[in-house]
Amino acid sequence: MAEVKLLGTWPSPFYYRVVWVLKLKGIAYEFIEEDLNNKGPLLLQHNPVHKKIPVLIHSGKSICESMIILEYIQEIWPQNSLLPTDPYDRAIARFWIKFAEDKLPAIWMVFRTSGEEQKKAIRDSLKMLETTEEHALGDKTFFGGDKIDLVDIAFGQLSQWLQMVEDVTNVKLLDPSKFPRLQRWINNFKQVPIIKENLPDYQEMFAYFKALREMLLSSK
Amino acid sequence: MGEEVKLHGMWASPFSRRVELALKLKAIPYQYIEEDLSNKTPSLLRYNPVHKKVPVLVHNDKPVTESMVIIEYMDETWENNPFLPRDPYERAMARFYAKFIDDKLLPTLAKLGQTAGKEKEETIEEIHEQLKVLEDELKGKQFFGGQRIGYLDIVAMILVWLHLTGSITGQKVLSTEKFPLIYEWIERVMKMEVVNECLIPEEKRQDWIQLAQRAPKSASN
Repeated sequence: MAEVKLLGTWPSPFYYRVVWVLKLKGIAYEFIEEDLNNKGPLLLQHNPVHKKIPVLIHSGKSICESMIILEYIQEIWPQNSLLPTDPYDRAIARFWIKFAEDKLPAIWMVFRTSGEEQKKAIRDSLKMLETTEEHALGDKTFFGGDKIDLVDIAFGQLSQWLQMVEDVTNVKLLDPSKFPRLQRWINNFKQVPIIKENLPDYQEMFAYFKALREMLLSSK
Repeated sequence: MGEEVKLHGMWASPFSRRVELALKLKAIPYQYIEEDLSNKTPSLLRYNPVHKKVPVLVHNDKPVTESMVIIEYMDETWENNPFLPRDPYERAMARFYAKFIDDKLLPTLAKLGQTAGKEKEETIEEIHEQLKVLEDELKGKQFFGGQRIGYLDIVAMILVWLHLTGSITGQKVLSTEKFPLIYEWIERVMKMEVVNECLIPEEKRQDWIQLAQRAPKSASN
């Protein structure tokens, strides 16, 4: 059996995307923790272009960029499929995956900044949440319909990391009264057994990111 | 057959031109609608309410948006002349380098027009590092797609635009000494009629440069 290794870092939401999909499809893998302050030779060898995690190593071949890794996993291990079969529905799913990739960083800008820069990031985040609630999710239980799919995985950061950003920065982004559908999605997503069993401990995560934000702001 | 394909595009958008090239490579008949981005058609706004951008491919009245999503959709719907390789690892590589071009190279190129002096030199350095990644990808290959033009070649057409506009602006970011394989690739693809049909016409290249310098990514994906 070919071996699968995953280079990642706790508590990166991009690393968790790959964990969720590997577990949803029942794929055994070895986790290799990377210290991002001291990048190891394995990371530099397997992702020379970006030097970032996550990296999937399958039979010695490396694949980088979380959503590209997920499409690869979906193609090699099609069981418990996480993409629609119809090409048009797949195009819609890929549209929202790209939207998540392009717009979710606004939340991390709220985390990394203060003052005017943060105000802009807050506006961008709210706009992203509005579009996601209205157009991507609508009245569905999950982005994938009745079950989660790669779009839910792509938006997975909203499940716990968003709350962490709000708590660390004292900025409310997702007001449940303004985003009732997204709030319901967060609750449902976190109840999916594989997701529930594979989320970082909240207190540990909060402490980690709080310290990180203090360091980022003090070095400006 | 009852297949109706329309493309809402804009002549100066490399993203729009990508989809045109893809349509021509698969010999899919289509109706082209040129959008005036300062006065978008109601159809465009209806088909792409989230971004209101070109290109939009409309297949039997169903819209697909985002150039790379459109190209994957086309590959899954019209199976002739496939763009993506069959092997999942090769597919992942094609997607990886296409993302690299769109997320790294294009924004750096867009920045170039807005910098001067030392900052400009640093930007050119950055572009050279990024171009080296693509140069390395061409080693031992005729095209990015191997023996035939494929998914990554379609995205890499920006290199042809860079070469053509470089001759006008005098801004030689691409040099034959530093990037011989990219140059050979450019010469190879420019011999293809479909590629030439999708380049900015010569008489519009000056306009394009000015447009690109003013509003690099405002209206297309």
